[in-house]
Amino acid sequence: MTETTDLGREHAVPRLPGEGGGLSAVEDWFVREVLPLEAVLMQFLRRHCREKADADDLCQDIYVRVYEAAHAEIPASPRAFVFTTARNLLVDRIRKRQVVPMATMADLDALHIANDDPGPERAAIASDTLRRLQAALDHLPERCRQAVILKKIEGLATRDIALRMGISENTVNRHLTLGMIALAQSLYGETADEGGAL
Amino acid sequence: MTASETRERAAEWLLKRHEQDWSEESQRALDAWFAEDPARRIAYLRLETAWGTADRLTALRKPMREEIAKRPERRGPFFLKIAAVAAIAGLAGAAAFYPFGTPERIYATPLGGREIVKLADGSQIELNTNSEIRSSGKGTRHFTLVKGEAYFQVRHDAAKPFVVSLGDHRIVDLGTKFLVRRDPNQVQVSLLEGSARIESTGGKSAKAAVLVPGDIAIATADALSVMKKPAPELSNELGWRRGVLVFQRTTLGDAAAEFNRYSQQKVVISDPEVASLTISGTFPVGGIQLFSSAARESFGLSVSHKGEQTFIAKRAP
Repeated sequence: MTETTDLGREHAVPRLPGEGGGLSAVEDWFVREVLPLEAVLMQFLRRHCREKADADDLCQDIYVRVYEAAHAEIPASPRAFVFTTARNLLVDRIRKRQVVPMATMADLDALHIANDDPGPERAAIASDTLRRLQAALDHLPERCRQAVILKKIEGLATRDIALRMGISENTVNRHLTLGMIALAQSLYGETADEGGAL
Repeated sequence: MTASETRERAAEWLLKRHEQDWSEESQRALDAWFAEDPARRIAYLRLETAWGTADRLTALRKPMREEIAKRPERRGPFFLKIAAVAAIAGLAGAAAFYPFGTPERIYATPLGGREIVKLADGSQIELNTNSEIRSSGKGTRHFTLVKGEAYFQVRHDAAKPFVVSLGDHRIVDLGTKFLVRRDPNQVQVSLLEGSARIESTGGKSAKAAVLVPGDIAIATADALSVMKKPAPELSNELGWRRGVLVFQRTTLGDAAAEFNRYSQQKVVISDPEVASLTISGTFPVGGIQLFSSAARESFGLSVSHKGEQTFIAKRAP
């Protein structure tokens, strides 16, 4: 929100992504086409990473590459582009380690890169949005869930949530941060109840 | 920074971004943070989209609360109250509020914009998308809403009335928070707190009404009517102040028109049967994408895109 004192003609500055001004073409594309692939991408990455944190980091690197490439030209097939990028990154990694587990290479080769959208996972995400969010909300730790409900559903300011819950604003923010990450995870990330088929 | 650290920092920024005290300085700090690594902007975008989508959770809760509240006026969309509409004299006095000779000031927002104007007297005006307001000079308490929508929080001063003019209509505050929206054929004033008087000089006779909280006055060229809305619905109309549009049994046609106010991208629904379907939920103001996919999910409609237009129609048999 821009604040202007009595200074004459002013224009509001462009808003951030999703906050009223709409997204840039690339951002819009990214939200619409790339984020919904996250669950299946993470499943794929997890098979090649011992730690979940490694898969998260790889996913982040893939996103950056895809996002930056899209600024030059928006890929015609998001799914193929994302998985090709994933494959290349994994191959780079394997080369650096100079160990080539056969299973990995075979798996990479078996990847259905040409298989185009709309993937079934995307349709599933669309029709399940509310159910997923609700489930994520239900699974949050009690205090965290309360904070998210007061924020999202009651629309209270952090200060008021702190008063209502009798905790500090910092603690409220901590709850909200975790809640926010969990909700995003429920929409895009891996979920426990999903089958493993790519 | 690992992906999970980036995510947490992005979430913290996103929370700060929605707080009241967000300033241009905070914005610069956020931009600087983004500039260091594109992964940060992406993490932010991802959380922002999810957090915005979570606004739709409100749609799940609403019916429950309404049942508890058992509001008698839930029958129709509005509970109509015929206002005491009395002719008043002496409207020519309006011109007296223009201190002639002081320079005109203009505040304007582009499509999708939002802006707060803080006045020297402690009053505040918040402009919604594609809106323009003019004042006749520094220190004056007389404004003209040229187009669009604005939310006024007025520091009352009996000696210096706060006046908003819109063509043939004007609003005089009596200590107030109110929302004014100017459309081509009508002016709508929603009173949230305090009281205000609306005066219309158009048509055959002058009319006026004193508004109390919950009142919505609609003034056209020759009519002035006042309706009553329950407080939660009234506050829905202010959703844009936090970047959202709140719909409650709103027709797809009306909802589309709302989205279209905020963006160069337009939703087009040409089939009247489709346009009359109703939807409830909360969407980010730029959420045409979410809206159209909600329409597709809920009603099995087809959504197609062409240039900046999004078409919602029946699915071909």
